[in-house]
Amino acid sequence: MSTTRLIEFRDALREGMSEEMRRDPSVFLMGEEVAQYQGAYKVSRGMLQEFGPQRVIDTPISESGFAGLGIGAAMMGLRPIIEFMSWSFSLVAADQILNNAPKMLYMSGGQFKVPIVYRGNNGAGGQLGSTHSWSVESMYANVPGLKIAIPFDPYDAKGLIKTAIRDDNPVFFLESERLLSVKGDVPEAEYLIPLGQATVRRTGSDCTIVSFGRPLYFCMEAAETLASDGIDCEVIDGRTIRPLDIETIVRSVCKTNCCVVVDQSWPFASIAAEVAAQVHERCFDDLDHHVVRVHSDDVPPAYAYNLEQEMLPNARKICEAVRTVTYNA
Amino acid sequence: MPTMATPPATQRNLAANLPDQTLRKWLRDMLLIREFEVRSMQAYQNRKIGGFLHIYIGQEAVAVGVIAALGRDDPIITAYRDHGHALARGMDPKHCMAEMFGRIGGCAKGKGGSMHMFDKTNQMFGGHGIVGAQCPLGVGLAFATKYLDEVINSGASSRVTTCFLGDGALNQGAFHEAMNLAGILDLPIVFVCENNGYSMGTSVDRGTTMAHQITAKALAYGIEHASIDGMDVMTVYDGVKPVVDRCRETSRPAFLELRTYRYKGHSMSDPRKYRTKEQEQQYEAADPIDRLANFLMTQHNLAQKEYDALVKEIRAQVREAIKWAEASPPPGSEELYTDVYADVWGPYLGTSQPPMLDETQQDQA
Repeated sequence: MSTTRLIEFRDALREGMSEEMRRDPSVFLMGEEVAQYQGAYKVSRGMLQEFGPQRVIDTPISESGFAGLGIGAAMMGLRPIIEFMSWSFSLVAADQILNNAPKMLYMSGGQFKVPIVYRGNNGAGGQLGSTHSWSVESMYANVPGLKIAIPFDPYDAKGLIKTAIRDDNPVFFLESERLLSVKGDVPEAEYLIPLGQATVRRTGSDCTIVSFGRPLYFCMEAAETLASDGIDCEVIDGRTIRPLDIETIVRSVCKTNCCVVVDQSWPFASIAAEVAAQVHERCFDDLDHHVVRVHSDDVPPAYAYNLEQEMLPNARKICEAVRTVTYNA
Repeated sequence: MPTMATPPATQRNLAANLPDQTLRKWLRDMLLIREFEVRSMQAYQNRKIGGFLHIYIGQEAVAVGVIAALGRDDPIITAYRDHGHALARGMDPKHCMAEMFGRIGGCAKGKGGSMHMFDKTNQMFGGHGIVGAQCPLGVGLAFATKYLDEVINSGASSRVTTCFLGDGALNQGAFHEAMNLAGILDLPIVFVCENNGYSMGTSVDRGTTMAHQITAKALAYGIEHASIDGMDVMTVYDGVKPVVDRCRETSRPAFLELRTYRYKGHSMSDPRKYRTKEQEQQYEAADPIDRLANFLMTQHNLAQKEYDALVKEIRAQVREAIKWAEASPPPGSEELYTDVYADVWGPYLGTSQPPMLDETQQDQA
């Protein structure tokens, strides 16, 4: 039994990246304020000192430029970690990350792999307004050739980032500013979490709740509330969106016979819509109620605290959805 | 700190002092590109080639002269008018033609097409379809060669990346971000802007400021720059070689304008109503192939008979490439799902049948 320490999410990310950089000299970290500033959110604190300026590289505010630089470097055999201070800023690099990174292998007939990790904060931060509060997962998950991972806690953050760095494909790694200070037990010994393997965060028998990343905390909160009303929820953390571990979800739905999917992106053509469709395809005869989806509301994120909280797929909305599918409304 | 670069003094007569066989090779390469493009246009009209087709005729001296100034290990990357660069870099015309025919024998198994020529063996990192988007990739190639040499192999940076772009790319953000990054990070990359006067149908002066002196763009980034006549392969070599050498030595970027002209339209559907026949004839009268052939005839005893034989040989080679491409089968339907992901998550079947974990990945847990 290896020892564990209670560390922050950001420390776990840093440990994962640093371990991979010690293990493989072809891994480097590049982004805005990652080096001298010690990370806009202190994720890369100390990495410049350990690895030097050739491997921990500050860039100007030039997302299209450095997102593309990473792809060229990956085509040449390096393994770049490119930090977006916020995934909201990845929009200005959309051509590079969506048109170049995930298509290069296919367009070149298998000649050029692009083993690159793009990582940074995704989702509503805290009253950052519309332009800085993007949840990009639904939009980006539509593109074949890339993988998307969304870590839930420090343990997953470290295990998933290490696997993402070793993966030979572009991996979009979506962190949450709201979770960076969350603490959790992380083993000292090395471990990896495969991409495409969901995990059960809470076992239950009455209803399956599926989610990814930060909204899982809302799901856990809702599950506690519902438990006191005698509704026993099973909460599944998909961990990755591409690949999607639909089998774990299906197994749970076959047990509970109802399903709620919680997604922090907008409702139209969303991850939850995809998961719901696949659950309907796979579990049609097992469902007691059609799948209900809980999203951020279909509006631009507002600045005002109350409006932002109301927009998110919060515990209240999740409770309502679960009561609906379990006929406890 | 990067210092403000000054335009280099052009070294004359570098090309003229090269061995006879080198210059004959250039003539051969330019003739090959010309013949290849003529036959590509025919194949397009005969509907053997689909999609877009961008013809390089008129610009041959740029690809051949620039690539001659590079080492075999120096990476190149370019935009969508890319057949000339692929051939000059050494791609077999059979594979280039088969790619455009959408056949399995193509350099990318028929998955890339005319705009996306990739050739790893020859350090050709693609033709790229989105204007300017190859510039950040080129900067990444330069970053990587330097990183591999300095960080991984603890040696000195030894390779130079050449990033070709058209004059249309001058107005794209990606180009400017790439120039700035190359300057800030001290990267060994030469941006070669093939200024053929038109981005599609928009003449360069209608699309960019300082069109009469586009090297001014490089000045803003503190990058060495020069403007070179791209219609004469020996002038191209003379202008480019010292810049590439200096770039290799100092690990600093450079920007070169190669003034050239595409004889044909932007693509096959372009009626060229935005320019005059007289202008076209004026450029065609100073044809780069004729110029080198004349030089070799007057200075290197190239006989007309030899030249005619060379032309004949190249015609046969391209004819053979077309025959080979036609004989190559289309990619099998299984190719639809290969090369989407680099590793195996089980056979990739698209999201309608979600792929499951394979044993390798489970072992990692």
